[in-house]
Amino acid sequence: MPRHAKTPAPSPDLLPQFDGWFSARGWQPRAHQIAFWQAARAGHDALLIAPTGGGKTLAGFMPSLEDLVTNGGRGKLHTLYMSPLKALAVDIQRNLMQPVEELGLDMRIETRSGDTPQNRKTRQKQNPPDILLTTPEQLALMLSWPEAADYFAALDTIIIDELHALAPNKRGDLLALGLARLATLAPKAKRLGLSATVADKDALRRFLTPQSDGDETAKLIEGTAGAPPSLSILDTKERLPWGSHTARHAMGDVLAAIKNADTSLVFVNTRSQAEMVFRELWALNEGGLEIALHHGSLAPERRRKVEAAMAAGQLRAVVCTSTLDLGIDWGAVDLVIHVGAPKGASRLAQRIGRANHRFDEASAALLVPSNRFEVLECKAARESVAAGEQDGAMMRTGGLDVLAQHIFGTACHAPFDPLALYQEVCRAAPYHDLPRPVFDRVVDFVATGGYALQTYDRYARLRQEKDGRYRLAHPRLATRYRMNVGTIVEAPMLKVRLTRPQKGKRPIRGGRVLGEMEEYFLTALAPGDTFVFAGETLRLEAVRDTEALVSRASHADPKVPTYQGGKFPISTHLAERVRAMLSTPETWDDLPPQVAQWLKMQQAFSALPDKDVLLVESFARGARYYMTAYPFEGRLAHQTLGMLLTRRLERMGGRPMGFVANDYGLAVWGLRDIGLMVEQEKLTLAALFAEDMLGDDLEAWLDESSLMKRTFRDCAMISGLIEKNLPGHEKTGRQVLFSADLIFDVLRSHEPDHILLQAARADAATGLLDIGRLGQMLARIQGKLLLKRLDHISPLAVPLLMEMGKEPVRGAADDELLGEAASTRHDDLVREATQGISGFGHADAV
Amino acid sequence: MQTQCEFIVNGALLVADLSGAVYWPDRDMLIVADLHFEKGSAFATRGVVLPPYDTAATLQRLAAVFEIYRPKHFVSLGDAFHDDDWPTRMAADDRDKLARLTGAAQTLWVTGNHDPTPPAGLPGKAAGAFHLKGDGALVMRHEPLARSNGFEAGELAGHLHPCARLRQRGRNLRRRCFVHDGARAILPAFGALTGSLNVRDAAFDGLFEDSYQTIMLGRERLASVDADRLLPDRF
Repeated sequence: MPRHAKTPAPSPDLLPQFDGWFSARGWQPRAHQIAFWQAARAGHDALLIAPTGGGKTLAGFMPSLEDLVTNGGRGKLHTLYMSPLKALAVDIQRNLMQPVEELGLDMRIETRSGDTPQNRKTRQKQNPPDILLTTPEQLALMLSWPEAADYFAALDTIIIDELHALAPNKRGDLLALGLARLATLAPKAKRLGLSATVADKDALRRFLTPQSDGDETAKLIEGTAGAPPSLSILDTKERLPWGSHTARHAMGDVLAAIKNADTSLVFVNTRSQAEMVFRELWALNEGGLEIALHHGSLAPERRRKVEAAMAAGQLRAVVCTSTLDLGIDWGAVDLVIHVGAPKGASRLAQRIGRANHRFDEASAALLVPSNRFEVLECKAARESVAAGEQDGAMMRTGGLDVLAQHIFGTACHAPFDPLALYQEVCRAAPYHDLPRPVFDRVVDFVATGGYALQTYDRYARLRQEKDGRYRLAHPRLATRYRMNVGTIVEAPMLKVRLTRPQKGKRPIRGGRVLGEMEEYFLTALAPGDTFVFAGETLRLEAVRDTEALVSRASHADPKVPTYQGGKFPISTHLAERVRAMLSTPETWDDLPPQVAQWLKMQQAFSALPDKDVLLVESFARGARYYMTAYPFEGRLAHQTLGMLLTRRLERMGGRPMGFVANDYGLAVWGLRDIGLMVEQEKLTLAALFAEDMLGDDLEAWLDESSLMKRTFRDCAMISGLIEKNLPGHEKTGRQVLFSADLIFDVLRSHEPDHILLQAARADAATGLLDIGRLGQMLARIQGKLLLKRLDHISPLAVPLLMEMGKEPVRGAADDELLGEAASTRHDDLVREATQGISGFGHADAV
Repeated sequence: MQTQCEFIVNGALLVADLSGAVYWPDRDMLIVADLHFEKGSAFATRGVVLPPYDTAATLQRLAAVFEIYRPKHFVSLGDAFHDDDWPTRMAADDRDKLARLTGAAQTLWVTGNHDPTPPAGLPGKAAGAFHLKGDGALVMRHEPLARSNGFEAGELAGHLHPCARLRQRGRNLRRRCFVHDGARAILPAFGALTGSLNVRDAAFDGLFEDSYQTIMLGRERLASVDADRLLPDRF
């Protein structure tokens, strides 16, 4: 809200009691809020785009509050509010409840999420609140109720908060399909969207409103930009590392900044960084400043506690990840500290927006680079924010796996007519261009698996009736659907439960739950290993079923979590700015001397990367030969490039062994000197970096990659082919993963065009691989490759090679590793034992 | 690449094949476990529409091993069929192919917990166990017996779908495997949609000597790995 407009004046645009409430606080509605209310009162779908602090949330609710005050509740659901985060819905309830309670308004406002107790959910179903705050997944679930038509019949308003965060992913697909359903069940309900500033506004406007020609858009109301933030970059006196991500060197400076501010938010990019920063700060925190930790893996109660303490002004700082990214209003925060590179200007602007929710005053933020490259990235981010650049594409083609889930859910609600449902689905913007045959294939997939070999007709999950409608074959299928609905497929997680150190054979007793961690991380540890979680050093005692039992450890040097949650690739805008800085030495005077010196070394020893020429270096180190390249296209695109290059090099005789990628470049290592091979004309860089690598090579590699298997597993779960939860037996994630792999193998060899494989390939290409970005880069650099053969590693390559060890050796074939693990003892013994057995030589001769 | 690996059980020299089958040269016999034909369609009857290609895929693999060894004898160690209802679901083509394969050798069907009834209309003899003699004496059984409970040396069994997990250069490898300790062996599941159980799981307790070995199945090679290199999925 505009809390600090100085001149309260009566506003004719609000009901007297609201106006009075505003005036009593010295507040006054802004022009964009008034315009938004007018659009909403007229029944229009409307999108409000305003920077953080622009008073979006209350603006979104005001038309509903007014209508409920004027016309009273109807004993039915009046307003449905959806946001991407559970925490956000809780926070909004807090902010919304304040005016409602102070004005003594007679209305019921409730939240509903996966964490809501079952008895409250049942009550909400039988006796709906006036306003329900929930998530897209819960909407999907409610739409599958047989009573859904009646439940939503009186719906007046649908509010979607943080639309920019929801729309461009699978949750957005699910939401769009849910909205299309609601357009049928509650055609009069208007949609109000709230969004931060985005690059493609029209995409969101289409998302918000039902499509028939594909160009219908919600009314757009834009707020004016707030005061530009005051952004500084930490210039440390400590030695700035070349390639670390810990920012350990800067913790003294960060603590000093916290001390100088009233309340700070310390943002980091990953959960492991959050744990590390939290620990380091407390190691230095002699003054005992109240510093808390908040990330998505912590138990909900712990997160709630931190959120409540923050809201009550009891904390000086919270170290947090993207769980606090979105528009949660913390009021009193006056400094945002960002540790590590922000990766994108929009993300940074969002995070800075947490500070000083006062619209007219500059937010204060401090960027803390953790290595020399990140100094450049932080500078780029500062320029980019100042220039008002926005990252991110908003348009996406809806996922077929999500569509399958939606079709199943629709059948759980009631029998459906395929034509009517097809037309309804096409009203959702992400599915507007969906061809009817593809829709029919997805229906067939839901009904019988959609296999070319039509042997499952008699076991169909949906049966077509004489009138053409599809009906659920058995009501128990609806129960199963409701247990599995959702689009967020998370890595298998284990609960982390505190216990006492294990002594002897006594059974371990469980204590309280600290949170959840990825199973793969925990199972890579051995009992007795220590790690940091929830701000404490813990010792792993045992893993039982779906829980990891841990005890408090006194070890000073724990094994820090390495999980990767929340790693985003650098945005194109930032990458371009960083590259521009590198190639213009005139600008280096602005850089910290350590960084400028590092770049001068690179310039003298090798060359500087350039926008239009791809720098490739080769050098020997230890027993290996390295080839590095610096495309600046982000981690995902570089990983894809690394996979494809190693395949190619293998064919060209380059004998690659592995590669590593970061946001700026990649390094491939192996047994042959690629630079020498180029000089001797045994291979050419042009052939190595040829654009056609995105054709057959990509397809062949993709189908064999573990990434594709993971993607397929997610699609299989989202589409309902395999189920995470079956009534009665909870599968562990590993079991699901394993059988999904087998299904993938069978399907790939017998029906490579199956609709689910198509869905998985599309996902992998757009999301995880950044094929689009890679393709543009390859096109740009054709014929413009610069090779530098070096005597030793270049300064720019150091951060790259420091990533080595942190990531699995992706290029190395599993079979080779198996061979390494094989015991020679056994083979020798058998050979000895079988010597002289007639007619039977050694193993390979059989 | 090493696609075969010899091991000895109760004096019998056996060959582990990359496919997951065992060949017994002395008796010219091919042995497989847990084919689980028609597993996909069994799930489909319960509304989980797994791909219907598992039977064809398993048969294709089986035919390929038959092609390599052209055995005089063939043994299925039980759970060849995912349930006793398989005849109502198996495609005619698949059934013919299975009949041809099992007719080309003298076939012994060990009955399993999934398929307690002998397969009607297919060539071969069926029983709960078979005792066979050659360069060593072997017992073909579906469920391995605990050493403390009726175990006979020379037992070849299936049922448990063993796999082994190890870490090599920071990488987790989890692969189907043979398990053997000189006195007995358990074969990996042969079926295309059959999951597997870590050999360190409690289900394997009391079966093997501590110094057992596994033969892990890679993509193109086998690897024998000592028990002390193996990791549990959970601990």
